[in-house]
Amino acid sequence: MAGGTRLENANPLIFQRSGERLHTANDEDEDVLDPIDDREIFDILHVQSINDPEHPLSLEELNVVEQMRVRVNDQQNTVGVEFTPTIPHCSMATLIGLSIKVKLLRSLPERFKIDVRITPGTHASEDAVNKQLADKERVAAALENSQLLEVVNQCLTSNARTV
Amino acid sequence: MKDTLALVQKFNAHPDSRCWYVAWNPNGMLLASCGGDRAIRIWGREGDSWECKTVLQDGHQRTVRKVAWSPCGNYLASASFDATTCIWKKKNDDFECLTVLEGHENEVKCVAWAPSGNLLATCSRDKSVWIWEVDEEDEYECVSVVNAHTQDVKHVVWHPTQELLASCSYDNNVCVYKEEDDDWECRATLEGHTSTVWGLSFDPSGQRLASCSDDRTVKIWKECNTGEGAYAGWKCVCTLSGFHGRTVYDVAWCPLTGALATACGDDGVRVFKEDETADPDQPIFFLSAHVPKAHAQDVNCIAWHPKEAGLLVSCSDNGEIALWNYQSENI
Repeated sequence: MAGGTRLENANPLIFQRSGERLHTANDEDEDVLDPIDDREIFDILHVQSINDPEHPLSLEELNVVEQMRVRVNDQQNTVGVEFTPTIPHCSMATLIGLSIKVKLLRSLPERFKIDVRITPGTHASEDAVNKQLADKERVAAALENSQLLEVVNQCLTSNARTV
Repeated sequence: MKDTLALVQKFNAHPDSRCWYVAWNPNGMLLASCGGDRAIRIWGREGDSWECKTVLQDGHQRTVRKVAWSPCGNYLASASFDATTCIWKKKNDDFECLTVLEGHENEVKCVAWAPSGNLLATCSRDKSVWIWEVDEEDEYECVSVVNAHTQDVKHVVWHPTQELLASCSYDNNVCVYKEEDDDWECRATLEGHTSTVWGLSFDPSGQRLASCSDDRTVKIWKECNTGEGAYAGWKCVCTLSGFHGRTVYDVAWCPLTGALATACGDDGVRVFKEDETADPDQPIFFLSAHVPKAHAQDVNCIAWHPKEAGLLVSCSDNGEIALWNYQSENI
């Protein structure tokens, strides 16, 4: 999948990383229940954790995941993430989506329902990619495929950051 | 709702894994479960509770997606993401792997025995449905490969009395197959769902088929008889929408009471009942009982006990199995 030498999008727009989360007095208070919020999900996804398979940049720097595209409802146990592929024909869209989903599955409590979708109108095969990412049986089978799992893990662990 | 769905027992069947499917054996004395831990577990009743009798661990290299008992109860078939289907033979309290059916290109999603026990159907992500013939010497031979779907085939189910097979798919459709001149053919394609169809169940008479989908609805299809011998197909006579919060993964029509149960990705278990006074061509179903947090995660499968009216089993992504007692004022 990631074997090609020619990049599909050789000159991506690079966006500023948002600053560190502001700490509040309540953060240190063990008696205050901290609900999981949008920013927490965003942090899980952006802190050097997921890399675009084509570029040694984080998804946030490529603006693939924006904070406004993350929706959390801690009480209803739902997390929705919309990601924006760098170009409308990006063949890596499914892999990026799968990596985001895997990262959230590994990071969040099991009670959460995780929906990862493409930002509406930003990819040619939006419906097909969304449907595949929503099919937990196909996701489960994909993660039992050791080669695919290796590629996903590379997206999740690579720290080859040049910028 | 005067009808109730009460928890009888809940136990962790596939620890640290997903429980994908549960199936009662024909007399209801045993329950088989399978999951992401690649194991099949056989559960039996010990007094008031269900205990694990056997673990079948060496059959598959990947997730065991579904299990099915033969109508005689002496064989168990298991479908796996490792692209194979195992046939297990029951020997006293143990099971031995009799044969491994190979041929599908990738994940086998479902396996089902015909009511005669002489035919077996399997389906796969490779888009095909295979029909296997079983002879007296326990030999299995593939007699037909049907490519009626354009995507991943999720489930296959046989008609309760006839040699009629139904399948459903990621292509949003349901297909119905019959044998024609030694070959199995798709005789009807049921279009209507707007996303993946995950499960199917015939009603006790076999005249109606329920399907459940990622579009969060359940549809009831009725066989249309033209009376001229031609196979007219099936039409959708009812759509249950607005009840389910997420994907409906399974639907089960109780062979004893006609109640319809669903397993949903919103963690809920629901039982629907039919309004007996409605026009049979425009049936009306109402929600009779609902447990919103039946499990802590997605409910993957639901199955009515074959002999005990109202006993229901469900299983979940968190590896648990739950037994429920459904009581209706007029059961």
